[in-house]
Amino acid sequence: MTLALDLALCALILGVALAAVAGAGVFRAVIFFITYGLFVAIGWARLGAYDVALAEAAIGAGLTGVLLLAAHGRLRRMQADTTERRSPTLSAALAGGAIALALGWAWFALPAPQPPDVAQALPQTGVGNPVTAVLLNFRAWDTLLESIVLLAALLGVWMLARDADWNAPLGPRYHARPDGVLAYFGRFLPPIGLSFGVYLVWAGAESVGGAFQGGTVLAGVVLVAMMAQLLRPPRVSQAMLRAALVLGPGVFLLSGLAAVGLGREFLSLSPAIAKSAILIIEAALTISIAVTLALLVIGPAEDPEPGR
Amino acid sequence: MTALVVVVTLPLLAALAVLVLPERARVKLALGSVALGVLAALMLARAVWQDGAVLLTLGGWAPPLGIALRADGLAAALTLMSALVMAAVALAARFEMRTRRVGARAAFGFWPLMLLLWGALNAVYVSRDLFNLYVGIELLSLAAVALVALSGTAQALAAALRYMIFALAGSLLYLAGVVLSYAAHGTLDIGLLGERIPAHSDALALGLMTAGLLAKTALFPFHVWLPTAHAAAPAPASALLSALVPKASFLILIRLWFEAMPDLASPPAILMLAMLGAVAVIWGGILALVQKRLKLIVAYSTVAQLGYLFMVFPLAGGAGSAQPWSAGAWTGAMFHALSHGLAKAAMFLAAGICIAAVGSDRLGDLRGLARQLPMTSFAFALAAITLMGLPPSGGFTAKYLLMTSSFAAGQWPWALLLAGGGLLAAAYLYRPMAALFAREARVTARPIPRVWQAVPLALAALSILLGVLSATPFDLLQIARPEPAAEGL
Repeated sequence: MTLALDLALCALILGVALAAVAGAGVFRAVIFFITYGLFVAIGWARLGAYDVALAEAAIGAGLTGVLLLAAHGRLRRMQADTTERRSPTLSAALAGGAIALALGWAWFALPAPQPPDVAQALPQTGVGNPVTAVLLNFRAWDTLLESIVLLAALLGVWMLARDADWNAPLGPRYHARPDGVLAYFGRFLPPIGLSFGVYLVWAGAESVGGAFQGGTVLAGVVLVAMMAQLLRPPRVSQAMLRAALVLGPGVFLLSGLAAVGLGREFLSLSPAIAKSAILIIEAALTISIAVTLALLVIGPAEDPEPGR
Repeated sequence: MTALVVVVTLPLLAALAVLVLPERARVKLALGSVALGVLAALMLARAVWQDGAVLLTLGGWAPPLGIALRADGLAAALTLMSALVMAAVALAARFEMRTRRVGARAAFGFWPLMLLLWGALNAVYVSRDLFNLYVGIELLSLAAVALVALSGTAQALAAALRYMIFALAGSLLYLAGVVLSYAAHGTLDIGLLGERIPAHSDALALGLMTAGLLAKTALFPFHVWLPTAHAAAPAPASALLSALVPKASFLILIRLWFEAMPDLASPPAILMLAMLGAVAVIWGGILALVQKRLKLIVAYSTVAQLGYLFMVFPLAGGAGSAQPWSAGAWTGAMFHALSHGLAKAAMFLAAGICIAAVGSDRLGDLRGLARQLPMTSFAFALAAITLMGLPPSGGFTAKYLLMTSSFAAGQWPWALLLAGGGLLAAAYLYRPMAALFAREARVTARPIPRVWQAVPLALAALSILLGVLSATPFDLLQIARPEPAAEGL
């Protein structure tokens, strides 16, 4: 039974991926891409990788989906042709196929992987969820750099603004009718999303969840509130906004350096305070991740009244 | 150890601080941090010089559980070279990236992006972990793409997008290789991988990682994104992109082929890498010859110069690693990476001054500029000497080492390529020099502050000095050199 389920899931993933790549029209491709992200998330869940499943659903399908839909809407407003497209080039298909075949071969040729034994060291990390232990303790340097990668991406997006619009609020102006569906969602969803996001961060120490997953849910809350015009779009010049962006990486980096000040290795957490330190770092990271992801989706500064 | 921590954290901390600080403090903080960075890089080089490679297990977790950082002679030398280039770029950008000149957007974005790029470079230089290296080059690529977009023109945005597509495709290939290698060996640590029991999938993993890194290093035929991207960026950003960014992915290639999986360096594989390098030297040189704009000439020259780096594979890699000439070849290639970094940054900064002075970088508009900008023109000429490989420059030392080892190895075609590439460089650099030093002056140049003019001159002088005082950097590069190449001594 489960085998049939898995096979069906694999077939669905492949079929939806093919539809996203090979279909005509940008809108169709976007919809299939979002569907693909959801199926892949289910796939991760079937593999028992619930943290990855959460991240894939929230970022791969959720935020990226919003981003692509917004891009499609913009292309339509610009009256760019979104149906015409080149047929997928043969070379790309061949390269993709070759890599897939090679990886497939490797999967059959390799023995079962033997990852390093995390369980033994887990008690000293301060957390019970091995994924959180890897992200915030064993390989904290990766996570720290990743949080800065997000920041670099946002700076890159900001650099796409027109020079004349630089001081304008970020992102397009959203219009929501006060009695419309969006305004209703804007009042209804944020409390739920807020609790869920905070819960994910808190729970991440012991079970599924963590700063990235929680931050993504909170970013969704911010986005909904902005689209419903409950939150005004910020400007780059707002000091509080920029402080929120650097809070997470800053706290992470400084806590790592504090260890050096105490005569320990860079980024080390003594088992006695590891749990509280990780919670503080995750809380700070969550705020920065939420703000950064939301701002990545709404985009660079834009003239509030285009065509003025 | 402390110097190593400072080297990897200072640029990132400065980038975060620059983002929160008000506009007036921004430039001061960036300048202060590059000054500190040069100091930290010097301390690190001294520590490596005195006690050998500096090791750091992050968080106290030894691999395979945690991540190890290690600064060997090569990493220390690259860190120092990058810190010097960063300092020069920051000094030039103080003039060039002013709000009045480039607008508030670019003046805001340049500083944090420059610092993030620097942090990524340092992180890559010392990392011993394949996945951590992936995160490092992701940060590097994103900061580099954003720096290309800084100009804001339609061409710059198109070039940035093209760069990003290549960089992301490269990342994906590299990551696929890392995953395969991890699946087979359960570790990401380069040192542990060097002692692994070989698996069937290793060749595939190494191939995927190499393909991805070649795209990022812009080796022929993956070079197509480089010239437009490097020419479209503002000059200080171009200096960083051309002088430093390709060196990071090249260093990972060295780590892979000489330290993690040296047993896979079969003759056909290393021959192919070297052949691509050879084609890059010739093709990049020819394309540089036909360009009409100074920045494009300098950018195509990067395509050509990166090709020399790959001579290290046939002369010091694989079966050649046990030979007596391998040490010279390895050191020669690394010398080339260092001297090209200094000289190329000097050239782009000089080009930036020319553009600021006459408002264009078409060769025809630069005629006779040497009279009004003697320091800048002299800096360009000095940097050109290094790129051509003429004595007594660092470029000469590099080519001399590579050439003697190719004769010793009996692989004379590479020596021929080195000579031919030098001639091509002389040819394509002659045109801008002839324009700069022409007798008649076409245009009147806007005055340029002397401090700004002195910056590329200092860098170019350093690239010459690297050849004059080559003994110290030579010895530094030998410290903790990968075993296969060290056996030859």
